[in-house]
Amino acid sequence: MDRDTATIRSIRFLSGALLIFWLVVPLVPLGIWSFARGWRFPDLLPQEWTLQAWAYAFSDVSGVLQSLWLTIWVALAATALSILVGVPAGRALGLYKFRGKEIVELLILAPVIVPGIAVVLGIHTIFITLGLTNSVWGVILVHLIPTLPYMTLVMAGIFANYDPAYELQARSLGASPLKTFWLVTLPAILPGVIVGALFAFLVSWSQYILTLIIGGGRVVTLPLLLFNFATSGRNDITGAIAMIYILPGIVILILTARQLSGQSGAVGGFGRV
Amino acid sequence: MSDRMKIFLLLAPALGIITVLFLGGLAIGLMRSFNYMPVIGLTEPNFNAYVSLFSSREFYLSFALTFHIAFTSTVISAVIAVAAALLLRRSFAGRGVINFLFQLNLTVPHLVGAIGILYLFSQSGSFARLAHEFGMISRPSEFPALVFDPYAIGIILQYVWKEIPFIGVIVLAQMQALGQDYESVARSLGASKWQSFRHVLLPLIFPGVLSASVIVFAFTFGAYEIPALLGQNYPAALPVLAYRQYTDVDLAARPEAMAMAIVIAILAGVMIWAYTRLTRRRIRS
Repeated sequence: MDRDTATIRSIRFLSGALLIFWLVVPLVPLGIWSFARGWRFPDLLPQEWTLQAWAYAFSDVSGVLQSLWLTIWVALAATALSILVGVPAGRALGLYKFRGKEIVELLILAPVIVPGIAVVLGIHTIFITLGLTNSVWGVILVHLIPTLPYMTLVMAGIFANYDPAYELQARSLGASPLKTFWLVTLPAILPGVIVGALFAFLVSWSQYILTLIIGGGRVVTLPLLLFNFATSGRNDITGAIAMIYILPGIVILILTARQLSGQSGAVGGFGRV
Repeated sequence: MSDRMKIFLLLAPALGIITVLFLGGLAIGLMRSFNYMPVIGLTEPNFNAYVSLFSSREFYLSFALTFHIAFTSTVISAVIAVAAALLLRRSFAGRGVINFLFQLNLTVPHLVGAIGILYLFSQSGSFARLAHEFGMISRPSEFPALVFDPYAIGIILQYVWKEIPFIGVIVLAQMQALGQDYESVARSLGASKWQSFRHVLLPLIFPGVLSASVIVFAFTFGAYEIPALLGQNYPAALPVLAYRQYTDVDLAARPEAMAMAIVIAILAGVMIWAYTRLTRRRIRS
């Protein structure tokens, strides 16, 4: 009996170790490459270590920094717009029952599941007539397709557990609508807004095909730059850009690790990251 | 203000944006797939794009490959994710660290994972070097082709890497919410460990696993950058083929690209139907 449980325990330990190894290992060669000089087959590790790829990545000629600021700006703008539009919509879905609610929910869920390539070719045609192709604003707008439904669904979950009676009390005690929102509603929903916003940011941060088609190759966000370096065979620079590119996500994961372990609807957004 | 008015005003901006961008994009895509676009003088719709699509061998090969990628990735990810959740729900030393490492790649974009897989599994990649170290191969070309290969192994490896934590975190949350009471009852009534998993726990978590799998299937069927980086040239995955046709110098190929986009949208529509059925049934029960 004792030996039996010992075997089961070691099998459990081994499969767990294998699982974690598999989930981490693809990031390892990227990290090593970023510090390698001419790491050729069959060397298991680079013969020479260097900071050249990092120096190049942070220099003005590589375009990495411009891409980084652009990607941050696009993601911040898409997130801000998603908050502005998604919080009210989430309130309607979380607090009220109304006719046609199922259709509204379906309409908001659909862009989460339908792949970008299926809609973006049609949007490209619309944006050509509006003069929004090859522009940063066009890219920000098209990023709303994955970020806005996501923000709305997270906020619907938050408002489903929210009691609007407090607002009525504040109003009856003489607070203005604005003051009520600022002092009563916002503090109650703020944790939800922050988590939703962090993940909306990540969803925009990881978009590829929407940016490629609407930006027409002129709006070069980090993933587009990363893809270009990856296909041009500059593994060292690719590694450095990849490390820069995954940093915000890992910071956000550390900040929100607690929310994830619960039954938060926020996790669903990772389907699009 | 009446409740109806309030609801309308709260929803209007979001529904407006989704209608114009999402439904608008789909509608224009559909019109152009019929070569119908009065604004630019195309006033006579036709089925030419669909006819040439459904009589093209490349399209069928591409569709079959994409379905294979999506189906295989989803099934393998779901099975491993359930097993991983069973492991991680136990309490053990260092659980916090392991949970963090398990969730690490949730926030890592697919493209980064694809490049990592490329550097690990290509014929001059890390595993080929290890094989050389152990004397199993002497030249890179002797290492089996696991990327740019006809079976899309590299692409599937990438999706499995990325989707195990995605499904796993959802299943783990479900298991923690259920607790172990049901299984304890089954065990005390004489069920084996396997029986209490198969007949008690699995039916309880199955709808959740399926709805997460539906999201994964739709994503893996429609993603562009991963097969573009790790896939072979011919046949290419459907989204890659659609993009190539769309950016072809020959503008006549555009309706075909739109028709492929519509095929992907229809498949995603089926997935949405399945997803809403699954989640509704879960709410009802």
